[in-house]
Amino acid sequence: MLDLINVSYDTQIPNNVGLSEDKKVLKALEKWHPGYINWWNDLIPQNFQDSMVYLRTAVSVDPKGWAKFDYVKMPEYRWGVLLAPAVEDRKIPMGEHKGETAWQEVPGEYRNMLKRLIVIQGDTEPGSVEQQKFLGLTAPSLYDMRNLFQVNVEEGRHLWAMVYLLQKYFGRDGREEANELLVRSSGSEDAPRMLGAFNEETPDWLSFFMFTYFTDRDGKMQLESLAQSGFDPLSRTCRFMLTEEAHHMFVGETGVGRTIQATLEAMNANGITDPYDVGKIRDLGVIDLPTIQKKLNLHYTLSLDLFGQEVSTNAANAFNAGIKGRYMEQRIDDDHQLQNDTYPVTSIVDGQIKTEDVPALTAINMRLRDDYVRDAAGGVGRWNKLIAKSGIEFELKLPHEGFHRQIGVFSTVAVDPDGAIMSSEEWMKRQDEWLPTKADGDFIQSLMVPCYEAGKYASWIAPPKVGIDNKPGDFEYVKLHMA
Amino acid sequence: MNAPVKQHLIDPEICIRCYTCEMTCPLNAIEHDDNNVVVNADICNFCMDCIPVCPTGSIDEWRVVETPYTLEQQYEFEELPEQEDIEAAPASADQSAADPVAALLAEAHAGAGGKAKAPVSSAKPTVNMYTLGKPATMKVQGNYRLTDDPDHDVRHIILDPGGVPFPVLEGQSVGIIPPGTDEDGKAHLPRLYSVSSPRDGERPGYHNISLTVKREDKGLASNYLCDLKQGEDVQVTGPFGATFLLPSKPDAHLLLICTGTGSAPMRAFTMQRQRSGATGGMTMFFGARTPESLPYFGPLKKVPEAILKQHLVFSRVPDQAKEYVQDRMIAQEDAIADMLQDDRTHIYICGLRGMEEGVEKALTSIAESVGIQWINQRDVMREDGRYHVETY
Repeated sequence: MLDLINVSYDTQIPNNVGLSEDKKVLKALEKWHPGYINWWNDLIPQNFQDSMVYLRTAVSVDPKGWAKFDYVKMPEYRWGVLLAPAVEDRKIPMGEHKGETAWQEVPGEYRNMLKRLIVIQGDTEPGSVEQQKFLGLTAPSLYDMRNLFQVNVEEGRHLWAMVYLLQKYFGRDGREEANELLVRSSGSEDAPRMLGAFNEETPDWLSFFMFTYFTDRDGKMQLESLAQSGFDPLSRTCRFMLTEEAHHMFVGETGVGRTIQATLEAMNANGITDPYDVGKIRDLGVIDLPTIQKKLNLHYTLSLDLFGQEVSTNAANAFNAGIKGRYMEQRIDDDHQLQNDTYPVTSIVDGQIKTEDVPALTAINMRLRDDYVRDAAGGVGRWNKLIAKSGIEFELKLPHEGFHRQIGVFSTVAVDPDGAIMSSEEWMKRQDEWLPTKADGDFIQSLMVPCYEAGKYASWIAPPKVGIDNKPGDFEYVKLHMA
Repeated sequence: MNAPVKQHLIDPEICIRCYTCEMTCPLNAIEHDDNNVVVNADICNFCMDCIPVCPTGSIDEWRVVETPYTLEQQYEFEELPEQEDIEAAPASADQSAADPVAALLAEAHAGAGGKAKAPVSSAKPTVNMYTLGKPATMKVQGNYRLTDDPDHDVRHIILDPGGVPFPVLEGQSVGIIPPGTDEDGKAHLPRLYSVSSPRDGERPGYHNISLTVKREDKGLASNYLCDLKQGEDVQVTGPFGATFLLPSKPDAHLLLICTGTGSAPMRAFTMQRQRSGATGGMTMFFGARTPESLPYFGPLKKVPEAILKQHLVFSRVPDQAKEYVQDRMIAQEDAIADMLQDDRTHIYICGLRGMEEGVEKALTSIAESVGIQWINQRDVMREDGRYHVETY
């Protein structure tokens, strides 16, 4: 009998979907595999590829087996196709098909819609690895380097997950799309990644932490809503990806938190109480809190753009079709069809920011973005607790959702972080107060010196409170290959 | 008073509110508000599905409590409450009868001359997680003879808790329940043994535990243990003990004084200090009849002196004068006197009760040589969590 919990290694591709008995898909994936390995090998500097990294790998997809830790070279990481266990007799949770048995095959009428959603999700996964490819060179510790590589290999696996769906369920189109995923490249002139935030640079580690906190959180929200899908293989894929995504959230939240902690400790040790005494604080080799606020402003607003238009018929169609749900759909207490409900959406009327009720079905994106904002605010609150505990008077804030937006109703107006509409000239004049300047970037860059000694950390970041897999403080998370 | 129960909690200072645990829990025992993620003690059945999916480690927290923290209390947590020292509750006659383990430990620690305290920086121990009514089942992974002396059959026994969490710190004990019943037809009470492996396992990361057991003539539990074969199941209670623990400070210096199987916690200490890269060093006085009857004689020889300075002392070597640990301590008077005056020093004494008197006398005389009154010094160190005695 097919074992759908434990990971099978009887093909080149670890999987729990019975690949060895599915010759056609196996062949397609094996054909795709070398291109993937090439993509990986060309991406990350060679000495890291040859290093032993203490990574987590799934040996089964039930809770007991999916977090086994051991040293592995990244190119030998067991990328594979892992789906969460099937829920028996699962029903479509929302939309016009609500209550019908979930689809095990792609329903013809929704084929294109589904393919597009899977391709967009798939495109973000390699995109972020491309953005982060050089960060190992400036890792502030072996602990952080290990976390970076864990994020990278798991994004790689998420690409695999999406490619499997394309190859298995979308025939020739799917194969072409799978190949295209390896052709497009972050920041490329000719073939950029599909979403803007994945073409931005990740030039330094604070950017990386902000990215994993804010941008990967958008990924988490998208995965949450795809996990509701009536197309069961997509739902199961996304449910398993979410357990891995949680690690990325962890890297972001603790990374920013530890950066703040190092700043607070340095300020207190040197008797600096004014957080705006930027020059003196920077002389201590830490990043001042106002600059951290600016980085937050940037990454938060880029991430808000990922949610698309506030009012969207595409999103309405996907929900109605039972293809994509809402965040925590099962826990929402309504009819899950939204035929008669409304939802408040912001809009610009006569140069003013207003809220108006629109049909809830068309406001799916807005609702997901609101859930995102709430989720993102939690960590900011916990960072502020660190600051409050240190006695320094400063509070980090999420800027107004109209600030610095390229997509949606706010893209036509200039809004400051407090939500005041102003002229574009005024905004341009003042943007250096709100967003990181080149000088800010240069300063952060100047701190990006590698720290490769086990248990040691660069000046600008505090050690973690708990080690990965409960390891002690000086554990050698990466055994660096010395060329 | 309610009987203490084990409660699963989440550390709000480490948790990132990803709610993966909540989505994983098969019983919906985990929920959250805008502040915290909490575990409903009425529902949680310790299935442990939530433990590996947590990206932070905040989920692996346990407290033994008389009344579980309510959801409302947990929602208000800014940080985790500390484990209350349930073992050290005042041992009235009634309670000793009700809790034989606490009574046994109190008796074993009596030689410290007052109420035992854990080192300030020690890791927080989990206690009483498994009880006589609900023991953990462990599998024997190995049973090795440590000594080469027909009168002294000492065994190194490795037990694997499998998927069951058994968080035990060096210096803690576990209870072994011998199978069968006593004359009155009642199940046997657990016998206590110190673990001789460090916190992350005999093999690092595997969380298996080892025991050091000497076969006692007619001893029910010791004969049962020493005869165990690989693959057999053993019923285990505990962990027990919240004071005979290691300091976490890497620069602490440990003075370890033991005889026979009193070496069990010392082995755990040594391994943990080695694995954690502690810098403060250790000095050991270890007494046995002969090298052949000294447990871990071979492995000890491989521990570098920079980590553990060893004084292995023998009382029955043919053609040699009898030497006991206290004799060697007196011979090392200057070194020990320096240690007594250094507040990084932590003293641990473990072995047969008979060793207490001699060691106490030696320490008194060494302290006097530098003008210190030992009784006072001992009380200061004990209050500080730096003087520990466990004898039986």
